[in-house]
Amino acid sequence: MDRLKSIDDLLMLQKRLIADKDPSIPTIVIPAGTCGQASGANDLIRITKRELLCKGLTNKIHLRITGCHGFCQMEPSVAVEPYGTFYPKVGLKDMVRIIEAIAEGEVIKDLLFVDQETEKPIEKQSDIPFFQKQVRTILARNEKVDPIRIFDYIENGGYLSLAKILSNGNPHWVVEEVKASGLRGRGGAGFPTGLKWELLTKQTNGNGKFLVCNGDEGDPGAYMDRSLLEGNPHSIIEGMVIGAYGTGATEGVIYVRNEYPLAIKHLTIALRQANELGLLGEDILGTGYPFKIRLVRGAGAFVCGEETALMRSIEGKMGEPSQRPPFPVQKGIDGKPTVINNVETWANIPVIIQISAQEFFKMGTKKNSGTKIFSLVGKIKNTGLVEVPMGITIDEIVNDIGGGPVDKLKIKAVQTGGPSGGCIPAKMFDMAIDYESLTQAGSIMGSGGMIVMDENTCMVDIAKYFMNFLKDESCGKCFTCRKGTQRMYEILNDISMGKGTLGSLDLLEELATAVKDTTLCGLGQTAPNPVLSTLRYFRNEYLEHIIHQRCPAGVCKELITYSINENCTGCQLCLRTCSAEAVIGKKKELHRIDPAKCIKCGACKSVCKFNAVDVR
Amino acid sequence: MVTLYINGLEVSVEEGTTLLDASRFFGFPIPTLCHMEGLSPYGACRLCVVEIGEGSNAKLVTSCTYPVTEGLQVRTGSTRVVKARRMILELLLASCPQSKTIQDLASAYEIRQQRFKQEYEDCILCGRCVRMCEEQMAAKAIGFRGRGEKRSIGTPFDLHSEVCRLCGACMYVCPACQLRCTYTTPEKAICGGCTNLSPPCLEKETFDDMMCYMAPCVACEIKKD
Repeated sequence: MDRLKSIDDLLMLQKRLIADKDPSIPTIVIPAGTCGQASGANDLIRITKRELLCKGLTNKIHLRITGCHGFCQMEPSVAVEPYGTFYPKVGLKDMVRIIEAIAEGEVIKDLLFVDQETEKPIEKQSDIPFFQKQVRTILARNEKVDPIRIFDYIENGGYLSLAKILSNGNPHWVVEEVKASGLRGRGGAGFPTGLKWELLTKQTNGNGKFLVCNGDEGDPGAYMDRSLLEGNPHSIIEGMVIGAYGTGATEGVIYVRNEYPLAIKHLTIALRQANELGLLGEDILGTGYPFKIRLVRGAGAFVCGEETALMRSIEGKMGEPSQRPPFPVQKGIDGKPTVINNVETWANIPVIIQISAQEFFKMGTKKNSGTKIFSLVGKIKNTGLVEVPMGITIDEIVNDIGGGPVDKLKIKAVQTGGPSGGCIPAKMFDMAIDYESLTQAGSIMGSGGMIVMDENTCMVDIAKYFMNFLKDESCGKCFTCRKGTQRMYEILNDISMGKGTLGSLDLLEELATAVKDTTLCGLGQTAPNPVLSTLRYFRNEYLEHIIHQRCPAGVCKELITYSINENCTGCQLCLRTCSAEAVIGKKKELHRIDPAKCIKCGACKSVCKFNAVDVR
Repeated sequence: MVTLYINGLEVSVEEGTTLLDASRFFGFPIPTLCHMEGLSPYGACRLCVVEIGEGSNAKLVTSCTYPVTEGLQVRTGSTRVVKARRMILELLLASCPQSKTIQDLASAYEIRQQRFKQEYEDCILCGRCVRMCEEQMAAKAIGFRGRGEKRSIGTPFDLHSEVCRLCGACMYVCPACQLRCTYTTPEKAICGGCTNLSPPCLEKETFDDMMCYMAPCVACEIKKD
């Protein structure tokens, strides 16, 4: 690759790339992010390559391997451009048929996505209800770009935002533009990004300033950052270079957890390509502006997502939060002023510069502009990444985009913000999602995890699960966070085993408040949220556990019993499945379960075809 | 000089002073465990929390690490502060009941009950010994390991550290007495000749270069003779 020596070089390159491409040639797009690869996208890619080579179609059909498109439930999926055809859950044999059909210019009807309500096949991706309500300003770029090909990114308007600000020549304008866009940090706390940058611009102490991209995404069930890093690493690099130009920063660090090997691989390639092309390094696009980015891998501590702990970790010390003030923007990595932004925030920056701050401000609500990516998981039909404008209601995400509950169970609550967030009950689903309303409801935006729970989810168990996670992941520096989470887990465990008393509820609440009040960092201060929010909205479930010794959702093992009702046909399936030999009964006779032997694993219930196993 | 208000009293202190030092200087007592003069503030025990700010912005911060800022409103003994401290002490009592320091503090705060399951850990991981070793003894022989409930203090791999001079300063500063003497196994031991009737340094060559916080150290003095 030749180094680009000026802004004009970049524009020329982009024009040449577009001119070289024939848009009428169909392209097979296979998303192969971590989610895609796990469900078999690599095999699909192999088959596709072989088919195209064997049949001599390489000039007639193109193949593009991209990052995750968002509809992870339907992986491995295949999209065909420019028609917009979408094939979900494609098998290896189906792939051969699809290639043949594309060569003929046809669509295979029986492989298309079928809407479960109308039971009609939908051909185009944009017509699928999951995609219809979304505003995909960031995620849509994942579909267009092969993450390891910088030319793909440039062809789709990549690095043009950088060219725009460099030719504008006024760093101050960049910060003003980000401020005017109203973009707020996507990492959870929602601090206005422009304001943060302005504070960094004003810092004069020391030589050198740091920009950090926080990709230490640790919330269980959240993977927005991973998909962005894997699917479009150049957008983050571009965002950081723009930020550096605006704030006068000289060094950049991308901090990614080591559990994301694909993201690290793609980022390493992207950084090398950007350096070789002169979009990073000593002399960016011949303007003389220097900015370097290095990649730091995290060792897997949840707390390192907290900014002061993250800085310690980058310095090579133990990931422990420290007191603010001094804030990172005053005294950060190696004592130099530092700004830390989330992956999604950085991905938003090129978009803002490209479409202008005014246009960006129009998306979402007044105080919460732009879009936010949520990872929608749990007991819901369509799981995946959804990008929606701020201010959309939870109901729209859960029922319209998510497609409502699996089976016929009612959805009970949504847990937002990961372990630090809280549960929002179904009666509040008409609430608009923004930073303030979620905080008011006792939860947080967090990085955007959204776990849907139905009637089969026990809220005590959920609180217990998160507390178990936090007691392991607290750094342990603050006594109240370390011991408080342990004690909360202990009390919740007692309640789930039927050993709780009404006094333990009071103690739990008192302890949760104290932990919230007296801990140092965001982890500790939000750690009691799962407990406090479930206590606030689902107190009756706690009371059921304590007073009636009953788990209404049938989850807490110590409080439930399995029994077989009259629906039993005596098929003996459960009898053969039971590993504890607790099911007794002869063929074609009503079975029963010996409670003394039953280990409450639930295997009998899951295999029964006649709904004959009751849980009480 | 920075002007701030401690419990309503307008005071001026030098810039860079912590809230703890300022409050104590003007006679407002604040209990501490992990804080120690001569060691850098750490903020681990959270016992020194004070309330700052007004109205809905009011929050609790550890006074030992929070620097004074202009016009700051500080309350060292508000209901919220006392409630939090009592909960911390209750947690401390539940974990390490043997410590005299913790017992005294608990009784000063009138803790009459302890509602958690009783444990008999010793260490409260306040980090005094770690900082003492690093900052005053310049040894860095012990440090924190692990995180969450698995966090502990010790030498790397639990083996005798080459930089440890067996000075025993870590034990001297401990408010809960975790690193007590392990007597005659020099691989792991930190001396503690003071509490030992037959000091190990007399018999074991490995203890020759010992530097003791007990000056003059009984054991070493005897050896010199």
